[in-house]
Amino acid sequence: MTYIAKPKLHHPTLPANKIGFTRRDYEGKISTLCAGCGHDSISAAIIQACWELDIEPHRVAKLSGIGCSSKTPDYFLGNSHGFNSVHGRMPSVLTGANLANRDLIYLGVSGDGDSASIGIGQFAHVMRRGVNMVYIVENNGVYGLTKGQFSATADQGSKSKRGVVNSDSPVDLAALALQLGATFVGRSFSGDKGQLVPLIKAAIVHPGAAFLDVISPCVAFNNHTGSTRSYEYVREHNEPVNRIDFDYWPKREEITVEYPEGEVVSVTQHDGSVLRLRKLAKNYDAHDRITAMNYIQQHQAKGEVVTGLLYVDPDPEDLHRHLNTADAPFNALSAGDLCPGSAALEKINASLR
Amino acid sequence: MKPLEAVNDFVVKFANVNGSGSASANELFARSILRMGVPVSPRNIFPSNIQGLPTWYEVRVTEKGYLGRRGGVDLMVAMNPQTWDKDIKEIEPGGYVFYDSTRALPKSKFREDIHVLGMPLTEICNSTYTDPRQRQLFKNIIYLGALSALLDVDPKAIEQLFSEQYKGKEKLLDSNVKALYLGRDHALEHLQCPIGLRVRPSDNVGDRIFIDGNSAAALGAVYGGASVCAWYPITPSSSLAESFQSYCKRFRVDKETGKNRFAIVQAEDELASIGIVVGAGWNGARAFTATSGPGISLMSEFIGLAYFAEIPVTIIDVQRGGPSTGMPTRTQQSDVLACAYASHGDTKHVLLFPEDPKECFDFSAQALDLAERLQTPVFVMTDLDIGMNTRLCQPFEWDEEQAYDRGKLMTYERLEAGADFGRYLDVDGDGIPYRTLPGTHPSKGGYFTRGTTKDRFARYSEAGPDYVDNMQRLQRKFETAKTLVPKPVLHSSSQPARFGAIFYGSTSPAMLEAMDLLAERGIPVNALRVRAFPFADEVVDFCNSHPWVFVVEQNRDAQLKTLLVNDSNVNQSRLIPVLHYDGTPITARFIVDEIVRHAAVHSVVPIKKVVS
Repeated sequence: MTYIAKPKLHHPTLPANKIGFTRRDYEGKISTLCAGCGHDSISAAIIQACWELDIEPHRVAKLSGIGCSSKTPDYFLGNSHGFNSVHGRMPSVLTGANLANRDLIYLGVSGDGDSASIGIGQFAHVMRRGVNMVYIVENNGVYGLTKGQFSATADQGSKSKRGVVNSDSPVDLAALALQLGATFVGRSFSGDKGQLVPLIKAAIVHPGAAFLDVISPCVAFNNHTGSTRSYEYVREHNEPVNRIDFDYWPKREEITVEYPEGEVVSVTQHDGSVLRLRKLAKNYDAHDRITAMNYIQQHQAKGEVVTGLLYVDPDPEDLHRHLNTADAPFNALSAGDLCPGSAALEKINASLR
Repeated sequence: MKPLEAVNDFVVKFANVNGSGSASANELFARSILRMGVPVSPRNIFPSNIQGLPTWYEVRVTEKGYLGRRGGVDLMVAMNPQTWDKDIKEIEPGGYVFYDSTRALPKSKFREDIHVLGMPLTEICNSTYTDPRQRQLFKNIIYLGALSALLDVDPKAIEQLFSEQYKGKEKLLDSNVKALYLGRDHALEHLQCPIGLRVRPSDNVGDRIFIDGNSAAALGAVYGGASVCAWYPITPSSSLAESFQSYCKRFRVDKETGKNRFAIVQAEDELASIGIVVGAGWNGARAFTATSGPGISLMSEFIGLAYFAEIPVTIIDVQRGGPSTGMPTRTQQSDVLACAYASHGDTKHVLLFPEDPKECFDFSAQALDLAERLQTPVFVMTDLDIGMNTRLCQPFEWDEEQAYDRGKLMTYERLEAGADFGRYLDVDGDGIPYRTLPGTHPSKGGYFTRGTTKDRFARYSEAGPDYVDNMQRLQRKFETAKTLVPKPVLHSSSQPARFGAIFYGSTSPAMLEAMDLLAERGIPVNALRVRAFPFADEVVDFCNSHPWVFVVEQNRDAQLKTLLVNDSNVNQSRLIPVLHYDGTPITARFIVDEIVRHAAVHSVVPIKKVVS
């Protein structure tokens, strides 16, 4: 972390996006996390993704639970409303916020302790309900703020900094999200911005429950030999299945980047946007939930970390669709929209005599 | 034994087996008496069970309009062999038992001092119907017919109710009418009709309505503009959310688009229910949850967050018997302290105490206003007795002129005009800060909501002065709440009274009846019905102006009394708790007995000699 605030002034040639904002406009307060923390890289990726997508910063609502990861919404999109709720309960707060105003973008940020232990129930049910959101878990396998206890995503047999070996089976949140009905599931690594930024962008654009499990090494408590969440381990065992080459949606120009060779698959989403996936793993089909689940489990058994866009449903449904809610945000409805009035009440009275 | 004789003043109790279809027949009985202009007060006494266990339905017929439970039974409709002995025991001397005499019962199964009315119900059903389900269901209607003859209830009133209930279902209507007369004619032919207990047409119902508190609270939430409801099933509050759903389907579906102006989520637990309500409230939609005691325990962490982060939340607590799972299908007022001080750290919450369905409607709507005005959790403290029993009450009213109070919302225009915005800045001196909703302005008014300590501008701070400043403002806000919540209602005795009585919620009808009875016994009592916490100054003044004040409650630990002493500095030695907590609704008889006993202890010589 740094104690010195970046000056508000910036270089005049710092590029502005379509709506006139520079990347600096998407920044937040100075991070109070440890220097080298993976979470700060994810915050930077979120900033980059929002800037590239030309999102008005105040149209994003940031929600989180408790823990190192849940502090990060203070460190990006400083003009957005944020809500640091209670431990493990971000999903329900996000659900309520989403119901109140369907017009904002909802970004939930959580950690592995927050989502896989205390909050696993809410994690499960927010996926089941298909809340339109981006749910990012900054997954480091430990409780950072309380100084290095194992979390529920820590691999069995992995060793803590104090030398304790974890004997419990790990929770794989991406596999869980797949099983529970999330319509967009990806996994990435905080150290691979090239993979992470497009994934976040695609997740934001996805009109349904989008989940990203981002391995984010804890430099203070889980970056040693014997850990399966260290920078070194994840780099060595990273098995990307695909790469989002570029993304396209109406009113936007294509952004093209050079990537390794491989087959390119286009995924047209409900709103007309197109995701182009460059296949890195042969025979991997990101449209098939069951295959995705099998693939992840098989590679997990080999100690590999499967990353990339694991699954996407191009025509997802979300909670608002399930509840058949009106198009207007609820928080803008007036008494005229909500109150049946005194004449209707007289009728009710008459029926109760 | 001389048979009991009473006109429009008696208690009929139905002992049934849960799931036998008796509930609707029994309610028809109550409604038919209402249609004759005679007030009734029915109560369901039911088990935590769907089928098989005993269930009772008690109807108090009361010309004077005393809607509390009376206690004692004048006519037992004993339809459940499992509870026969207990049911027979409960009958007042000179009272009656009506039963199915298809199988003869030994004489030892009855009492010498009660009057037995037997009718071979099963035999009649078996000879009339072949379908087993019909035999069961129509048995209830047949006894309803018999009761109409025995108690002089106008069968036309019942027929009218049938025709309203089965509008457009002529076949059902005909078969029900047929069953009704089957029972009525059989009774007229074989039993001496009417018995000593009779219903005489009267005009004491007026324009009052007959509804349960949960439906009324749900309707209040619709009128009050709640658009988000998140809940988890729990007795006795489930029917509230379900009722909200059916009213919304009726009133909140856009006629043109067919889309809903409401969202109801049956959450995975109470933690998620309150979380959804907190999220919606934060984002500016009116939201509520309905629950009961165990749910409050689970919600406590979020309630503390909503208090400290200042988020509007409405919680309707339909109280049941605690602690723990307690008595899920019995009534109590035992969540008062748990709600008033819910969550860790220094917290205090606004509580509203409705007395009946009318106030369930009013207070649910008002709670949504108060929650936004005060930016804090507001509890509507109803209970099973009000919530799950149909009760006669004043008709609902709605003032079209009165707009929703959205509280202090900082708008785009004001921010644009350069208004000084600090999320926790006490601009007006009432402790209530302004808030912005997410998405209001591109560069102004954004802030980070958190459960951690912050300064006036919502910046994280663990500095002592910032913390104290914030806590004191929250205290000021609570003082402001005192001026906004419903005022207490005074029921003055017609004679000078040395004793005062404080009561609240569902105790109301029993207390008002007790006041009359006590006055007859020469113990006039002034009674004050508390309708909210924080307590208005009138409550403290009332306590200070009576040497002794009874605090009548339905819990063991005198919870409201504790609140009075704790939060209003009322002199503890003046307060005498009167506590009823066996899970049945409190009765006037109980209150009278307790007050008479205490009155004697406090060496007050009644003007008339106490007869008890």
